[in-house]
Formats: sequence, structure tokens, C-alpha cells
Amino acid sequence: MPQASTRRAFWLGMRDALPFLLVIVPFGMLFGVLASEAGWRLTETLAMSAVVIAGASQFTALQLLSEQAPLLICIIAPLAINLRMAMYSASLAPHLAGVPRWQRALMAYGLTDQSYGVAMNRYALSPKMGHREKVAHYFGTLVPVCVPWWLATWAGAEAGTAIPEGLALDFAVPITFIALFAPMLRTRPHVAAAAVAVAVALLFSFLPWNLWLIVASLAGMATGSWLELRAERRS
Amino acid sequence: MSEVARIWVVMIVVGVGTYLIRYSFLGLVGDRPLPEWALRMLRYVPVAVMPALVAPLVVWPAATGGAPDPARMLAALAALAVGAVMRSVLGSIFAGMGVLYLALWAIG
Repeated sequence: MPQASTRRAFWLGMRDALPFLLVIVPFGMLFGVLASEAGWRLTETLAMSAVVIAGASQFTALQLLSEQAPLLICIIAPLAINLRMAMYSASLAPHLAGVPRWQRALMAYGLTDQSYGVAMNRYALSPKMGHREKVAHYFGTLVPVCVPWWLATWAGAEAGTAIPEGLALDFAVPITFIALFAPMLRTRPHVAAAAVAVAVALLFSFLPWNLWLIVASLAGMATGSWLELRAERRS
Repeated sequence: MSEVARIWVVMIVVGVGTYLIRYSFLGLVGDRPLPEWALRMLRYVPVAVMPALVAPLVVWPAATGGAPDPARMLAALAALAVGAVMRSVLGSIFAGMGVLYLALWAIG
């Protein structure tokens, strides 16, 4: 029987994450629409949203697969985008001392930008929460994040081919990527990392096997961390 | 390899890999933090990978056969500006698609 305090924390988690429905539903639908336009069957489209459950990397995989990029690139690029989750994982872990391993294993499946962000905000606001309440709150955040992601993908895939050509949905992928990273351009190193990545990607676009993507990403990451280190040493 | 097979291979490898990334530190009992340099690099993964991926799609869009297209560039700039200033994912998407439709209608 769950205690009253964990039940409250679960509901609080659901409520805290509820505003993200506004992002997740259209975003998930867009994935469904674009996948079906790329010729994916409902099975593959839904399986992707269930197995990977990470928007940006799913769009990346879809884009590269449609471009007939080499298999290795189709795998490395989405994984590189998801590497940030190692950072989330590392920063959540200290809150979960004493939590059984099977619960952590379940928590890992639903770790997303949204669930992580909402949980960390709440833990900062309510430092008195015990680890049971923290886990319950986290699972609460997954309800409005994961379930609508699957359902919206499905709805989008069903609507798919009914979307008229004039909507220029080809450009929805670049726009959604821009929408995902633009709010993260908070500091000068972040802006510089993005600018260098863009410049290198364009300059090296002649490289085969989409290698430009790897070169540009590494150049951007190196630029950002170098500038951050330099700023730290100066202050 | 057929297209469907490619999709499944990518899905399963990326899915398992992503799960392992997510589980990495949650699964370790106790608190073993990453080295500082690794955390510092990781902080810039999203703002490096995503812009790099997008840049050629914006400059040489597939829909125009790779010819630079003012409507699509304006739309990308609008999405970037609104996203960076308002820090809103949805606002950025609406701004980008809104400007794209306006520009396609105005410029053709």
C-alpha cells in the first residue's frame, strides 16, 4: 500500500509536468506524420517512439534513414544527441540513495529532458522530500510525458498521408531542431559551440558518410568547453 | 538491406544504447561523479549536434533540390530568434512555421 505522502508526491509530479503536454503532443504527432510521409509503417513508427522515446534523436534517425545515410551514421548521430542524458543520470543519482535497483531501472526508461527538468526543479524547491517521495514524484512526471508521446505518435501516423503538400512539412524537422536547441543558447560558450558547429558542418559538407556531422559536433563541443574553462580560469 | 530492416536495426541499437546512457549513473549504487572534463564536454552536446545537423538542411533544403531558399532561411532565423529570446520551444516552432508560410506566400 503506498503511503499518503508518496501518493501526494505522485500527483504533484503529474501536475508539475502537465504543461509539457503542449510540447509533447504536437511534437509526437509531427514525428508520426513525418515518419508516415517517409513511408514508414505504423508498426515501425510506434515501435520507435516506444523503444527510443527521445524526440530529437528520433527525428535525427528518421532524417538520416530517409537520406540513405550509412547505417553506422544513422546510429551514432542519434546516440550522440542522447549523450546529454548521461549528464541527467549523473545529476539525478545522488537523490536516489536507498532506492531499489529495479526502480532505478524503470526510472531510466522514462528519463527525458522534461521529466528530468521537472523533477530537479521540484527537488530544489522541496529539499525535505524523502527518497520515496522523490521517486513517486518522478514517476508522476512520466505520466503526462511518456503516455502522450506514444498516443500522439500514433495519431500523427494515422493522420500522416492526409496532410496536404502545401504545408511544407519538409521544413518542420529543421524548425523543430532549432526550437529544441535555441532555448539552450544561454551563455557565450553555448552560442559559440553552436556557431562553430554550424560553420564546420557547412565547410565540411563534402565529407562522405555524413562524417561532417561528427566533425562539426566535436568541434562545437570542444569550443564550448574550452571557452567555459577559459572563463572559469579568468574569474 | 531493406529499408524496413535498416529502420529496425537503427531503432534497436539506438534504443538499447539510449537506455544504457539513461541507466548509466542511476544504476550505479552510490555516487560516482563523472570527471569534470567529461561533464564539461557533455554540457555542449545538444548545442553542438543539433545545430550541425540542421545547418545543411537550412542552407541547402531538399525541397528546392538543394538551392538556397530565402523563405526557408527566414523561417529558420525566426525560429532561432524566438527560441533564444523567449526560451520557448513551442513559440519557436510557431514562429518558424508562421514565417515560412508567410514567406512562401509572399515570395512564392
